[in-house]
Amino acid sequence: MALLEITDLRKSYRAPDGTCHEVVSIPRFTLESKVQLALSGASGSGKTTFLHLIAGILTPDSGRIELDGRLMSALPEASRDRLRAADIGYIFQTFNLLQGFTVLENVLLGMSFGPGADRGRAASLLERVGLSHRLHHFPRQLSTGQQQRVAVARALAHRPKLVLADEPTGNLDTANAREALALIRETCSENEAALLLVSHDPAVLDGFSQRLPLTELNRAANTPVTGGAR
Amino acid sequence: MTLWLIVRRSLRQHGLSSVVTAILIALAGGLLMSVWAVRRQAHATFTGQSGGWDAVLGARGAKLQLVLNAIFHLEASPGNLPYEDYLAISSNRAVAAAIPLAVGDNYLGYRLVGTLTNLFGVEYRPGVSFRLEPGGRLFEDGYREAVLGSFAARRLGLKPGDTFKPYHGLNFDPKAQHDDQYTVVGVLEPSNTPSDRVIWIPLAGLQNMSGHDPATATDVSAVLVKLRTPVAGQQLDMLYNRQGNRLTFAWPIARQMADLFDKFGWFDAVLAMVAWLVALVAAGAVLASLYNSMSARRRDLAILRALGARRRTVFAAIVLEAATIAAAGMVAAYGIYLAILAGASAVIRAQTGVVLDPFAPDPVLAWAPLAMIGLGALAGIVPAFKAYRTDVASSLAPES
Repeated sequence: MALLEITDLRKSYRAPDGTCHEVVSIPRFTLESKVQLALSGASGSGKTTFLHLIAGILTPDSGRIELDGRLMSALPEASRDRLRAADIGYIFQTFNLLQGFTVLENVLLGMSFGPGADRGRAASLLERVGLSHRLHHFPRQLSTGQQQRVAVARALAHRPKLVLADEPTGNLDTANAREALALIRETCSENEAALLLVSHDPAVLDGFSQRLPLTELNRAANTPVTGGAR
Repeated sequence: MTLWLIVRRSLRQHGLSSVVTAILIALAGGLLMSVWAVRRQAHATFTGQSGGWDAVLGARGAKLQLVLNAIFHLEASPGNLPYEDYLAISSNRAVAAAIPLAVGDNYLGYRLVGTLTNLFGVEYRPGVSFRLEPGGRLFEDGYREAVLGSFAARRLGLKPGDTFKPYHGLNFDPKAQHDDQYTVVGVLEPSNTPSDRVIWIPLAGLQNMSGHDPATATDVSAVLVKLRTPVAGQQLDMLYNRQGNRLTFAWPIARQMADLFDKFGWFDAVLAMVAWLVALVAAGAVLASLYNSMSARRRDLAILRALGARRRTVFAAIVLEAATIAAAGMVAAYGIYLAILAGASAVIRAQTGVVLDPFAPDPVLAWAPLAMIGLGALAGIVPAFKAYRTDVASSLAPES
């Protein structure tokens, strides 16, 4: 059984002018456990919306999202929050670190809503990403590359089955991007987590043996449609 | 644990507004506790302050004025009564002890009270009677000698061996000085009663002060009365207040003071209302401070939600933060309470001799902090609801 199975997934938005725009229309998508897959797509192609739907942050207009045998799309919000906290790690393009929390606390928070805070694991993950000397620093005291490494450690802290990475190197220079990408892939492998990465950067995509253009997957034309938008 | 970490970090991130809001809570809480405590203590102290006496006999007039004059050494005497009236009540079988007082002079605003030395042997509180500080003695009848209450002695800077010339009247008038010179022979130890503010001299000394009318030289201002039984109070009340029309028998003393407090009950209510209003304003400040910071926190809240925090978790974090600000404020409020009570106590002591104890346990010290913390938490509900409704997707990075 696949780790992630998506069927007939649809999501549309209502634009300020009142028209509905369908941004996601995916008839079928599967991702096996421990697999690393890159989806390519230009800006506005619905990449973030797709990942938000998988993470349960957004709810689809219709369709099924099944994660590790659980029908996520049918779960109430609180259950989706629980599932996300337990099984999904999310790496954002802008890192989304909590500025008022130290590096260690950011990672601990990544665990605390799921399996519970484990200081030892948080510290060892930060050591793995080369930040053992920055545990008590605040994000603003780190370089951009170091901040992304914190985000990687946080995403993996609670031993998720699936890591979603949304343009994870978008804010990094070439050298840092290469380093961050390698780190994401290595740590996902070490933690036996599947990785679903979306990016528009060919340099990122080229490193993946399994990659797919989102346009092949997503039939939404992002044009006005009729029907109920969410 | 996580919730507390979120609250602590948020308080640190919004340190200035949190501290300012906590100070407001502290002021409001301190005021609230002070109003209640001063009210309760003043009521308990004044109504319980009888100096060990059961009743006061004086000229026809208001009982309250008689009590204020004879027990609290405030107000003017409603008039004098002949010495024979003192002799009559002191020989009444229902009376255990009777001591005459004469007032009418002062020294730099501190009241001179003429009396008999028996007064100092009476227990002004059960088991406690007046004691002299070392090196002093009681005055002797027939001599121009004075024994000072501790507060008066300290304020006037007088000690045994010092002399002074009293002034006529109860209020200090530099042009009304008597020629009589008195010598301080003793200072009483603090009793925390109105007697601490009094300069005690022999009864005859005050009666015969230079310039006083010789025709009334034997009159007294009031007689302090100790009864053998409570029933005796009713008998004497009947005798002096109902059957007679020349004298007033103020009994029981506590009731007169309770009546006074009852008359000012509306003032209590206004004070309490003001204190509650200040508390509400402070709670409003908690609400405004947190609510205004919600826009800045939107992203942090969205990140927490993206990490798996449930809506109720972020809701609880904001309410807990509001309650924590209130709790921190109430810790500081104890300091403000002590400062206000110390100030109020000093003023009340200077004016009446009655001492309030800022450290005395009072139920308000327990319920007011709980009420303020509850109020703070309630004030946190509105911003917490805003946090609860944070839209995660739109608050995170822009979509691609």
